[in-house]
Amino acid sequence: MDAAVEILAAIPYDQIVIQTVNGIVTGMILALVASGLTLIFGIMDVVNFAHGELFMLGAYIGVVMLAATGSFWLALFCATLVVALLGAALQIVTLRPLLGRDPLTTILATFGISLVLQNYALWQFGPVARKIQEPFTGRFQLFYLEYPWYRLAIAGLSALIIGAFWLFLKYGTWGIWIRATTQDRVMAQAMGIPVPWVHTAVFAIGAGMAACSGVLFGPLVGVNHAMGLDWVLKAFIVVVVGGMGNLGGSIAAAIFISLLESYASIWVSPAQAVIVSFVVLILTLLIRPTGLFVPTSK
Amino acid sequence: MSAEHTPTEALVSVDNIHTYYGKSHILHGVTLHVGAGEVVGLLGRNGVGKSTTLKTIMGLARPSQGQVLVAGRSITGLPAHKLARLGIGYVPEDRRIFRFLTVMENLRTGLDRHGVTAAMKRELLDKVFTYFPVLAERRGQPGGTLSGGEQQMLAIARAMMLEPRIILLDEPTEGLMPRMVSQIRHIIGALHRDGVAILLVEQNVPLTLEASERIYIMEKGVVCHHCAASDIKVNDAVIHQYLGV
Amino acid sequence: MKKRSRKTYWIGFGIIVALLAMAPLVLPEFWRRFLTEILIWGLLAMSSDLLIGYTGMISFGHSAFFGLGLYGAAAALLTVNPPNLWLTIGCGLIGAAGVALFVAYFSTRLRDIYFAITTLIFSQIFYVIIFTWTDVTGGENGLTFRRPALSIPWIYSAPFTNETLHWFVLAVVTASYLILRRITQSPFGMVLQSIRENEGRTRAIGYPVERYKVVAVMLSGVFAGLAGVLYAIQNRFAAPDFVYFLVSGETVIFNVMGGIGTLVGPIVGAGFFLLLREAFSRFFTEYYLIPVGIIFIAMVIFMPQGLVGFARSWLNR
Repeated sequence: MDAAVEILAAIPYDQIVIQTVNGIVTGMILALVASGLTLIFGIMDVVNFAHGELFMLGAYIGVVMLAATGSFWLALFCATLVVALLGAALQIVTLRPLLGRDPLTTILATFGISLVLQNYALWQFGPVARKIQEPFTGRFQLFYLEYPWYRLAIAGLSALIIGAFWLFLKYGTWGIWIRATTQDRVMAQAMGIPVPWVHTAVFAIGAGMAACSGVLFGPLVGVNHAMGLDWVLKAFIVVVVGGMGNLGGSIAAAIFISLLESYASIWVSPAQAVIVSFVVLILTLLIRPTGLFVPTSK
Repeated sequence: MSAEHTPTEALVSVDNIHTYYGKSHILHGVTLHVGAGEVVGLLGRNGVGKSTTLKTIMGLARPSQGQVLVAGRSITGLPAHKLARLGIGYVPEDRRIFRFLTVMENLRTGLDRHGVTAAMKRELLDKVFTYFPVLAERRGQPGGTLSGGEQQMLAIARAMMLEPRIILLDEPTEGLMPRMVSQIRHIIGALHRDGVAILLVEQNVPLTLEASERIYIMEKGVVCHHCAASDIKVNDAVIHQYLGV
Repeated sequence: MKKRSRKTYWIGFGIIVALLAMAPLVLPEFWRRFLTEILIWGLLAMSSDLLIGYTGMISFGHSAFFGLGLYGAAAALLTVNPPNLWLTIGCGLIGAAGVALFVAYFSTRLRDIYFAITTLIFSQIFYVIIFTWTDVTGGENGLTFRRPALSIPWIYSAPFTNETLHWFVLAVVTASYLILRRITQSPFGMVLQSIRENEGRTRAIGYPVERYKVVAVMLSGVFAGLAGVLYAIQNRFAAPDFVYFLVSGETVIFNVMGGIGTLVGPIVGAGFFLLLREAFSRFFTEYYLIPVGIIFIAMVIFMPQGLVGFARSWLNR
């Protein structure tokens, strides 16, 4: 009995709550990044290695635009738009020629793109990390911490964006086109849907979402040219755990993994906490390779 | 009976097309044509290349040789989505409706086109729901929950959303009950009255002979017989020879 | 292979090896070292070709095998005094083999993309472990150690000179090439290629595909580890950078640029890449990856068979 009380007393409740909030915040951003990735894979069978770099470029453009205009929201909008257009251009130039070839060639091509973008950022912005000022400061008391409102805001904003995107997919004309193309590319073409442009649009949307996440996440960490790799790795894990092409699954998986990592960081260093996501991946691959959050097919 | 159109005036004509599927040489020089508003039947055993012919016309298979012409213009090599917009509708065998889209969303894939006003959309939907009342009932249901016959109707209705000048019908009665088969017969008649041309691939010989104005028979990747439907009967020697019935 | 083309092949092979052997005698030290590095990275890329080119499995995890070979060698060189060449090689290979077995167990049941991502993640796991386990691995700063003597047990022992080191590396890489070549042309190698062509059919015929894949990964890992050992001997230091994903990425680049499935291609690819890096560094300093990356993308699109593949089809015309 005493031992039980001791154990209960030893549990760091305040830290757990704090990490729960942190986990949800990071999870929402990760969900935003992973949604783009899983959409691109689901519809085009393309594993976009450069997704992390699109995230990173978005953050950098945010830095630049913020410095130029002073408005965080304008910077967010510009970064999303510019990277979406860049994504469209990249898809047209490098991925369209690879249509119909071995799917592994797209991994190679997007890997090449990631190298070029990473080094381009290094060249233009240098190795020193930049900072994005959050649009509003202001904290509330969460146990012993003064917790920034901004963090809650980005979680909410990410949820809004994902929600808006879901609505677009469900009701918009292009949304229907995207869903039809995902289900049956050939028949979609036979119905007059311009499938090559649907692919470009999806890639652009995915890129835009990644860029948006980059800007939103910018104030939390420093923006530097190498930030992409960690994010793309985590996003891949999320996509695999959530089920490739399964939007809802990715969101659930993103939050799940982020929560686990946040809890883990109570006891180990953040650098080691990433192993949590790796372990989750391994378990998923062993137990249920199609995805932990995929509903069993009827 | 409508006068036979010469190939150069035809709505759709294929000229000596050879199509491969991977390394298999499926079409060895197919030539046929369909005039505006005509119903033309395409008969033949399984595997002779009937579906491949339709796919080649639809731009889903690329011919290595030969031409596909629409109203005299060569469209060989154009991607399928452009051909759909030119007015070619396609109803494949096994229907291939979008299973996770609702009936309404399936129709919208063809309805949401450039230059179609809301009024025209309503008109098209009304027409299709008149022909297929059951689709109106089930409009909010996912396509995959429909029965085989309903899915076939949806597939045809979906193609009609494109307001096509010609519909390529690939074995529409396959696996359907006799009641549905006669419904398909009525639809073909209604489409014909609307002035839509039809290229009908079928295994059901009596239906084809009854619905079509002309027929082609294919064997081993070429057209081996061509005549007016009225010139031939179900138990004709030619039918026995090429369809082995 | 026909008699005549076989003779031409071996003559060509002999000429190239002879040229490579003469290198340290004629080239200035910088280029000699450059060439030795090409051979080492070429060996790494060649090991990866066994998977990519012959079995059809893209691995983004070769940095783990290379790195464990590197650190395994480091362990031998730091703990045993005087450092012994063969013990070093042995330790490196065991380290690499262990990692390969681990990775193989988890990854081989997965196909294509999932395999590639999983190997990537595994190599990152090892990177994190090596990076954070500072007590053992020296963490961020890595380990430095001495070069062992070139020793043939009981017969000969002398410290490596630049020339003998180069010849040693050349001998190891050449031997590895011949062994890998023998493997790819053996019945085992044929099964691997059949797996690449059509895994389902190979399985249906009755081959235990998973087991073949595991062996392929282990062989690939062992030779990659050997490259790591050579690197340790040549450069005398180990750092987590070599376990980082970038090394795996560059390995894949060597493979693609040189020619997948040719064994020789990856070595050519390594040379091509390193030369490009050398050339572009003069103008772009450390941003050489921008033009080189663009060239890589262009090669993926327009020359997917790589330099060697292109040369072969050009000669066959």
